[in-house]
Amino acid sequence: MSWPRFGFIILTVGAIIGAAVVIGQAQLPWLLIITTMIRTTLQVATPLTLGALSGVWCERAGVVNIAIEGMMLLAAFFGFIAAIYTNQAITGGVLTPTGSAISLAVGVTAAVLTGGLAGLFHAFLSVTQRVNQIISGTVINILAIGLTGYLNRQLFFQGQVPHAPGVLPTLHIPVLADIPTVGKIFEQQPIAISAILLVVITHFVLFYTPWGLRTRAVGEHPRAVDTVGINVYKMRYANVIIGGLIAGLAGAYFTIESVPSFEPLMTNGRGFISLAAMIFGGWSPFGAWAASLVFGSAQALQINAQGFGLPVPSQFVGMLPYILTMLALTGIVGKTLPPVADGVPYEKTGD
Amino acid sequence: MPEPSPTLSRRILGAARSALNALAVPALAVFTALVVGAIIMKVVGGDPLLAYLGLWQGAFGSVKALSETCVWASPYIFAGLAVALAFKGGLFNIGAEGQLQVGAVTAAWIGYALPDVLHTSLPAVIHLPLAILGGSLAGAIWGGIPGWLKARTGAHEVINTIMMNYIAVLMAGYLLNGPMRNPDPLNLSARTPSIALSARVPRIFANPDLRVHWGVVLALVIAVAIWWLLYKTTIGFEIRTVGTNPDAAKYAGISVTRAIVLSMALSGLLAGLAGTIEVVGLNYRHELGFSTGYGFDAITVALLGKTNPFGVVLAAFLLGAMRNGATRMQFLTQVPTDIVSVIQALILLFVAADAIVRFIFRLRAPKEKMVLTRGWS
Repeated sequence: MSWPRFGFIILTVGAIIGAAVVIGQAQLPWLLIITTMIRTTLQVATPLTLGALSGVWCERAGVVNIAIEGMMLLAAFFGFIAAIYTNQAITGGVLTPTGSAISLAVGVTAAVLTGGLAGLFHAFLSVTQRVNQIISGTVINILAIGLTGYLNRQLFFQGQVPHAPGVLPTLHIPVLADIPTVGKIFEQQPIAISAILLVVITHFVLFYTPWGLRTRAVGEHPRAVDTVGINVYKMRYANVIIGGLIAGLAGAYFTIESVPSFEPLMTNGRGFISLAAMIFGGWSPFGAWAASLVFGSAQALQINAQGFGLPVPSQFVGMLPYILTMLALTGIVGKTLPPVADGVPYEKTGD
Repeated sequence: MPEPSPTLSRRILGAARSALNALAVPALAVFTALVVGAIIMKVVGGDPLLAYLGLWQGAFGSVKALSETCVWASPYIFAGLAVALAFKGGLFNIGAEGQLQVGAVTAAWIGYALPDVLHTSLPAVIHLPLAILGGSLAGAIWGGIPGWLKARTGAHEVINTIMMNYIAVLMAGYLLNGPMRNPDPLNLSARTPSIALSARVPRIFANPDLRVHWGVVLALVIAVAIWWLLYKTTIGFEIRTVGTNPDAAKYAGISVTRAIVLSMALSGLLAGLAGTIEVVGLNYRHELGFSTGYGFDAITVALLGKTNPFGVVLAAFLLGAMRNGATRMQFLTQVPTDIVSVIQALILLFVAADAIVRFIFRLRAPKEKMVLTRGWS
């Protein structure tokens, strides 16, 4: 990542947290404000980071994936119903520690698998059918909205809704979480922690393993890779499915880690913001994470603004992540280059 | 021996055959989508046949139903034309939702607030065109911004138009809950006051049950105008050339920047018209939450109509019919209206991945593929 871009990120996050301090000074001690902001930022940046990572996996292999939003929504819904119906089956609707633990684990698994399936579908449309990848992504997005809205109404508005088994517990990272005040930053839920781990793992796999090398090659010059005997289609399928699995984990965040319920359209554009984070981060895992933190901090400001006593209407603070995204995309801090073969369907010739 | 020039009857047959060919994939896509939708309904526990019967009844079963279908179709025609025009320019405008909102908000404001601001009542012959103009302009600006950003910085319009959607909805939320909210103490929703009588589009029939208004005629006129613009003017030629091959266009001396901004601005204008017409022709006010996914519906309409203005009109009536009929379907069978969104997504799927439909129904592939958009670069 270039220094101007890194500087922009630090500056923006600093400005946003600074704004929070200025606003909330009257009500709360500044250290608490900073701590709360950082903690919330890490929390809400989770789906953005995961979404951006999903994008990195897909696009590094040459497949544009704007269906991250739809994948998240599908995963959020199906993970949710897996969790509540598992709980219903195990405990008959009562909340018990073991019942909840199992149900939530099942829910996360279901969400991740749903994302993987959606990834498979996107790969089928983009790689095999060679449909325009932005169109196939939009198809998945519309399908997600329609399917989750329809099933949500069909299953829940009619009769009894089984009780949701709560959300994933907040974990305390040993030692670090015990620091007074600031230690709160190190109390995070599992998916949030996984997101950061996945950033490191993705970076390692993408840049330090043969798989990552092949993936990047397929995204830059698939024909050259093909002549060396590597199956371009298989590589793209695999990477898009991995991207789907990660997007599924992002979906799990919404209904299994954040709130124990499903609302139609609850992803609210975060899939698209993750795409911007990926682009702004230069299609690299750490870059994507840093960019997600910027957008996350804007959202954190909106969430905490009410508590800090903000004089501005909440809608304007709410616009901040979206405006920041547009600003980031203008390349005002330098253009980033996508993988050369990104978005171009590959066609084997003369076989 | 040279072939004799085709007789009139042969010309008509040829035209009919090519029209049928063009309609084949979209029609079969719709059919296949309805079948898959029926399967989904059956699996989740609904009655597909009864549901589709209800859909048909609700859409075409009575004069009132037909009128409502036309009412639903008007904004779809405008929004579908918006997306189709952008596609012709090689751009993907997912921002119809936001452009529609700003158009509606502006038109509503002109409708109810302008007379007060100017301290005079306005005659209909000025007020209504002003409202329509204002809404269209607002949409044009809202679409032009991502267009300009794309032309100057290369920022992809897919993300930017989506971001502008959220900004627009938030802005409308602020305005409709705040400065533009109907101050009447009996009003409990986030909506504007009713617009002046002079800013309303007259209805076509005297019967108060038939809500169809002249806006649907305007939509048809605009569809013809867009066809004329695209295929009979220099601007249209420039837009289409940049859409097919920007490098060739540049080589031919066409300003690619201008074409991109123009395409997006015109696209936004049409989407703004969609919102405007709902305010001045149907609801006579603007209310928060009135547009439920028009943006994505517009994409389906545009692609189902193969980005051709007349195809868009047909597709708009089809989708309008489905959305209209869905309420009756839900009433009859308890199948939620959201299934229409699922069917719509399936239609889009089968139109976009037309190889699937061609494979199922043994159709030949076309000679030339439709170029829509490119990747990030």
